[in-house]
Amino acid sequence: MFYSPVITNAAEAAGHKDLHLFKYIEDPQQHKIETYEAHGGYKAWKKVLKGMSADQVIEEVKKSGLRGRGGAGFPTGMKWGFVPKASTKPRYLCCNADESEPGTCKDRVLMERDPHGVIEGMAISAYAIDCHLMFIYIRGEFDHCRERMEQAMDEAYARGHLGKNINGSGYDLEMIVHTGGGAYICGEETALLNSIEGERGMSRMRPPFPAIEGLYACPTIVNNVESLASVPHIINRGGDWYASLGTEKSKGTKIFSLSGHVKRPGNYEVEMGFNLKKLIFDPEYGGGMLDDKKLKGVIPGGASTPFLTPDMIDVGLDYEALQTVGSMLGSGAIIVINEDACIVWVIKKLIHFFRHESCGKCTPCREGTGWLEKIINRIELGQGQPGDIEKIEDVCGNILGRTICPLGDAAVMPIQSAIKQWRDEWLYHIEHKKCMVKTNFEFK
Amino acid sequence: MILTETSVEEIKEKAAKYPRRKSAILPALTVAYRQLGYVDEEIYREVSKVIGVPNVEIAEAATFYTMFPKKPRGKYLIQVCHNISCALLGADSLISYLEEKLGINKGETTEDNLFTLISVECLGSCSTAPMMQINHDFHENLTRDKVDKILAGLKAKA
Repeated sequence: MFYSPVITNAAEAAGHKDLHLFKYIEDPQQHKIETYEAHGGYKAWKKVLKGMSADQVIEEVKKSGLRGRGGAGFPTGMKWGFVPKASTKPRYLCCNADESEPGTCKDRVLMERDPHGVIEGMAISAYAIDCHLMFIYIRGEFDHCRERMEQAMDEAYARGHLGKNINGSGYDLEMIVHTGGGAYICGEETALLNSIEGERGMSRMRPPFPAIEGLYACPTIVNNVESLASVPHIINRGGDWYASLGTEKSKGTKIFSLSGHVKRPGNYEVEMGFNLKKLIFDPEYGGGMLDDKKLKGVIPGGASTPFLTPDMIDVGLDYEALQTVGSMLGSGAIIVINEDACIVWVIKKLIHFFRHESCGKCTPCREGTGWLEKIINRIELGQGQPGDIEKIEDVCGNILGRTICPLGDAAVMPIQSAIKQWRDEWLYHIEHKKCMVKTNFEFK
Repeated sequence: MILTETSVEEIKEKAAKYPRRKSAILPALTVAYRQLGYVDEEIYREVSKVIGVPNVEIAEAATFYTMFPKKPRGKYLIQVCHNISCALLGADSLISYLEEKLGINKGETTEDNLFTLISVECLGSCSTAPMMQINHDFHENLTRDKVDKILAGLKAKA
């Protein structure tokens, strides 16, 4: 029925008074504009055009406490507020749909099944920063998302929600669907802007921040798909309503992508602060460990966030609580790992990824990730040498905080935490020249 | 010209939307790749003429991204995600299974030029792992049975 067969908690969201992103996510017609409108779609956009100023929109989003859902968690309304009002240059909005943080598969579902929700959110956000040309940057491999977004965009133009003098308001807004070329780094906002400009996807030095000097050296806001999709709901129901959900500092709801060794991997929209253990074990969500194996560890926020051990998972899924236990919410990609996985093997997979995806601009990241991969591979192959762990730690320490974009830190943090949590396993691997646990995952 | 008239028109149409010509590089390369299955120096030159951007700038961008390979591959490009979520659910064994079924190693193309098998980084199907992408299509929650059926279907079509 759907392009992606991913499990969601749409049934729960449908009957829930506050869950909103997934309310209609399993309606097979939701991607069509008639259905979207019948479900209250484009009402917020009309409301904004009819009687809200850009400042009022920004204020409402500030009040909601919405923070960036792509990984960094920066307050969305505050970001919009950085666009200089006095600037006479054009302003741009870019929706970051370059979803590629390992473990993350939520934006894809929003684009595929509710593309108008994304477009409406983009339009309102564009209005808030007085932007008249907005982009959505979709990762190149997501061809089905591109198709859905283009169809939805055409429908929105035809219905008069985009284009010139929208709904007689005098406001003009054009949209471009832009696709990437297969590079994780383009999910980093300055690399994304370079990529739209037709450059190699390399990060830019900040300052200047994109809000001051972004696309074509003009004020630009880059927001994640899920952040933007939340905006129409905030406008419809008010910032106070949104701020009443979640925890004191982490507001609203969030989609978590649950993957790995669980019975029911899927995308689940829950309130911020939802208990991680419950998400993994409750039959309504993850349903517990696959084949009833023992839990070894959890990556809570995508491949670039530090590991949690089983004793740490009774924790709220919000920015602050995860920070307290030494990890991060990131993109909300929860990867569950069972007792059969060798930690060196897990890290080998991750460092290969970061080495491959490093854009090569900063020496510590370009060279460092390569060195790390070499050392980790030799340990995995049973050729580790005494002192290798210290060498890894030394290289990590020389990457962390020494690169212009967060990819360097992202590569290092899971490695540092894997050594901290399972040092004995690393030592065993070097000494015995083999894994402490058998890693042999067969597909069915 | 290697690019067809349709491709050239499509590139021009896309390029016209952007405030700056250079932004049309990736869209143009995407159109070219869709037509040909590869993008090499000759194509850079053709694209350069169509969008009015220096050849070197096309090459500079094209060589950064993995989706613009310089050489043609098999009719069906099989990309298996080998990243962590898929690996935990047996992506390595999926790759071995495909190697065995197709009689090639990862990175190679079958003799009849039908299939090329490569492994790639995360494709955003983590909750439906393991998965593979064949040309533009995603195939998720893969089992041996499913893989057999997909390959048989493609062979029958060819």
